[in-house]
Amino acid sequence: MHNIDSLDRLGIGQQARVEELRLSGGIRRRMQDIGLIEGTPVECLQKSPAGDPAAYLIRGAVIALRREDSGRVMVRLS
Amino acid sequence: MGLTRNSHQGGPVNGPLLIAKEAESDRVIALAGNPNVGKSTVFNALTGMNQHTGNWPGKTVASAQGRHVYREQGYIIVDLPGTYSLMAHSAEEEVARNFICFGRADATVVVCDATCLERNLNLVLQAIEITPRVIVCVNLMDEAKRKGIQINLNRLEEMLGVPVVGASARSGKGLESLSEQISRSVNGETSKAPIKIVYTAPIEEALQTLTPVVEEKLISLEKPISSRWVALQMLEADEGLHQPLTDYLGFDLSKDEAIQKTLAGLSAIFERYGLPMARLQDKVVSCIVRTAERICRSTVSCQRSDYNAWDRRLDRLLTSRFTGLPVMLLLLGFIFWLTITGANELSQWLSTGLFWIGDRLTEGLLWLGTPPWVESLLVQGGYRVLAWVVSVMLPPMAIFFPLFTLLEDFGYLPRVAFNLDHSFQKAHTCGKQALTICMGFGCNAAGVIGCRIIDSPRERLIAILTNNFAPCNGRLPTIIALIAMFFASGVIAPLQSAVSAFLLVGVIVLGVGITFLVSRLLSGTILKGIPSSFALELPPYRRPQIGRVILRSVFDRTLFVLGRAAAVAAPAGLVIWLFANIEISGQSLLLHCAQFLDPLARLMGMDGVILFAFILGFPANEIVIPIILMSYMATGHLIDFESYSALKELLVANGWTPLTAVCTILFSLLHWPCSTTCLTIHKETGSWKWTAAAMLIPTLIGVGACMLITMLTRIIC
Repeated sequence: MHNIDSLDRLGIGQQARVEELRLSGGIRRRMQDIGLIEGTPVECLQKSPAGDPAAYLIRGAVIALRREDSGRVMVRLS
Repeated sequence: MGLTRNSHQGGPVNGPLLIAKEAESDRVIALAGNPNVGKSTVFNALTGMNQHTGNWPGKTVASAQGRHVYREQGYIIVDLPGTYSLMAHSAEEEVARNFICFGRADATVVVCDATCLERNLNLVLQAIEITPRVIVCVNLMDEAKRKGIQINLNRLEEMLGVPVVGASARSGKGLESLSEQISRSVNGETSKAPIKIVYTAPIEEALQTLTPVVEEKLISLEKPISSRWVALQMLEADEGLHQPLTDYLGFDLSKDEAIQKTLAGLSAIFERYGLPMARLQDKVVSCIVRTAERICRSTVSCQRSDYNAWDRRLDRLLTSRFTGLPVMLLLLGFIFWLTITGANELSQWLSTGLFWIGDRLTEGLLWLGTPPWVESLLVQGGYRVLAWVVSVMLPPMAIFFPLFTLLEDFGYLPRVAFNLDHSFQKAHTCGKQALTICMGFGCNAAGVIGCRIIDSPRERLIAILTNNFAPCNGRLPTIIALIAMFFASGVIAPLQSAVSAFLLVGVIVLGVGITFLVSRLLSGTILKGIPSSFALELPPYRRPQIGRVILRSVFDRTLFVLGRAAAVAAPAGLVIWLFANIEISGQSLLLHCAQFLDPLARLMGMDGVILFAFILGFPANEIVIPIILMSYMATGHLIDFESYSALKELLVANGWTPLTAVCTILFSLLHWPCSTTCLTIHKETGSWKWTAAAMLIPTLIGVGACMLITMLTRIIC
C-alpha cells in the first residue's frame, strides 16, 4: 500500500515521505529551510488539544504546523 | 522573560547594526545559528554579559554585542537573531544575512545544536557559501551524549573544510578552543578549502558562465565577497538582496550590460534542461539540504533510536487532547500558590524590618534637629512608600519570576503556544502570540519587544496592542493582595493560598480570553487579514539550571525592580505626601483631585481615590495600592504591613465592598499600559497613533467592564 495523502491526514505515530509541496511564496521557503523537501521522511508525533496544529518530526527537529499549511504538503505513506 | 537593563539594547529590527569598537584593533565576530541552539549562552560565556537565555526559539530578538578578549586581542561579538536560513525571508534573517555577507564581520561563528545537526548544517553551508571565514561551533554536546548521539567532529571538519569546535556552553566546555579557533581564523591561519556545494547540472553550467563575468566586475572593489555566491543570487533574481548589494558595491550590478547579456543567454541552458526559472530556488535549496544530509550520514551516529522517548512521553502529557489544557492551568495555579504562600511570609518579615528602620530614621532626623515637616515628607512620604513597595509588592515578583523562568528554561513555553494556537488561529493571528503573552507576565515592555518573533507585521501589531491584557509582574501583586483581602479571607487558613491561586488563574484566563476577543475584533476591522502560516519548533526539554536561574533572578530582576522602586516609588511618595498635605480652601489637594474624579469612579464601582491612584501609578503599577492606602490615612502616611486583614479593615472603613475589590482588580487588568511600556510600544511601532490605540483599547474595555458590573450588581442587589 503506497497511498498519497496530505500531511495533515497522518495519525499520531504514522510515518511518510514528502512527495510534493503545494505551497508557494514565503511558507514554501520556510518549509524548505527546515529541511522539508521532496523525499524528506516525516512522522506525526502529536496533535494539539484542538487537533490543529500538529507536531511533526522533521530531520530530527519537532515542528508544529497548522492544517492550513500541512494540508498542502503531499506525502506518501510508508 | 523580564525586562532588564540589557533588554533595551539593540535598535529596531530593520535598523542598521552599529558596531561599537572599544579599540581600533578590535575584530568583529558574528554569532549566527538556528533559533534556540544556545547562541546566547555562547555569547554570554564569551563576553561575560547577561543576555537573557531561555528554551524557546526566537528569544534573541535584538542583536546584542559584547567584547571578548583572548590573548590580548579584543573581539566584538555580535549575537545575531536566530535564523534557519540566510535566504532572508524575514526581517531578522535579513539582518543576519546582510551582516555576514557584506564583509562587516572578520569571521562568523555558526552555532549548531548537536542533537539536531542535520537541520543546522543547512545554515552552515549557506554561510560558507557567502564567506570562507566560518567557524562551526557544535554546541550542546552534553545533551547529545546523554541521548546517545555521537558526532565525529574531525570527520565533520574534514568534510566542511572549516574549523569545527565541539562545545557545551552551559558548563563552559569547549569555549577555550572556540576562542583559539576564532583567533586563528581572524589571523588567516586556517588554510583548508571550504566545501563547495555542487548544484545540479543546469545551475552549475550557468554559474560557470556567469561567475567569471561577476568576478570581473567585483575584482577592482577589493571587497571580500564571493562572486560565485553573488552570481547565484543573480540567477535566482533575489529581490530582497538587490538594494543592500547595490549599497554595498556602490553600483547596481543587475544594470550592468555584460551581466544582463550573459543572464539573457543563460535562459537557453535552463530551457535545454527543462528547468523553469521559477523552480530554480527549489533546486538550490534541495541541493543544500541534500549536501547536509550526506554530511550528516557520515558524521553522526545514533546508538539508540528511542533517544527522544522521554520528550515524547512528556509531550503526550503536556499537549494532548485531554491533559494538555488542564495540566497547563494546574501548573499555572501551582506556581501562583507557591508565590502567594511564600510571599506572605516574606512580606511580613520585610515589613517589620523596614518599618523599624523607618522609625530609627525619624528619631535620627529629629535628633539632628530637622524640622518636623521635612522629617514627615522624607520618612512618612518617600521612605514609607518605598518600604511598602519593597515589602508587599516585591516578594510576589521575586518568587514568581524565577519559578516562571524555570518553566521557560525547561522548554514548556512553546508547548503553551502549541496548545493555544487553535484559538489564535480563530482570532486570525499567530500562535507565537502566546509566547509574547508569557513574556508580558514578566513585564509588558519586554512582551512588546518580544513581539518581534512574529513575522507578519499585521499579526505583530495585534500582539503589541493586546500585550497589556497579560497582567505584568507589577500588577500581579496588586491583584494578589486584593484577592487575599476580599475573597480568600473567609476560607480556613490552610486553604487560603489555594483559593487565592485559583482565583488568580481565573483573572489570567479572563485576560487571555479578552486577548483572543480583541485580537479577533482587530483582525476583522482595522487590521484586516487572514492568518499567515505558522511553523513553530518545539525544542527538546532541557533540565533547567536551577541555581543559575535563581541567582540571575535575584541579581538581574530583583535588583532591577528595586532600583525602579527607588526611582519611582520614593519620588511618588513625596508627591503624594505633598498632595495630601498642601491645603487649598481647607481641603487637601489630594481630596480635591479625588473628589473631581469621584463621580466617574463611582459609576465604575470604585472611588475617586482609587482612580487617582491608577493615574498616578502610570510610571509604575507597583505603587497603586500604596497610594490608595496613603490617601485614606488622613495624614497622608502609610501604616506598616501587618496582615491583609488589618489592611482590609482600613479599606472597608473607607467604603470598600467586594464590588469595589472586583472593579479594582478588573481595572488593574484592563487599563492603560505603564509609561515604560507605552514608550516601548512607540519605539516598536514607530507611531503615536498605535501607541494611543494601545492605551485606549484596554482603558475603554476596562471602563466599560467596570461600569457594566457595577450596574448589574446595583440592579440585582
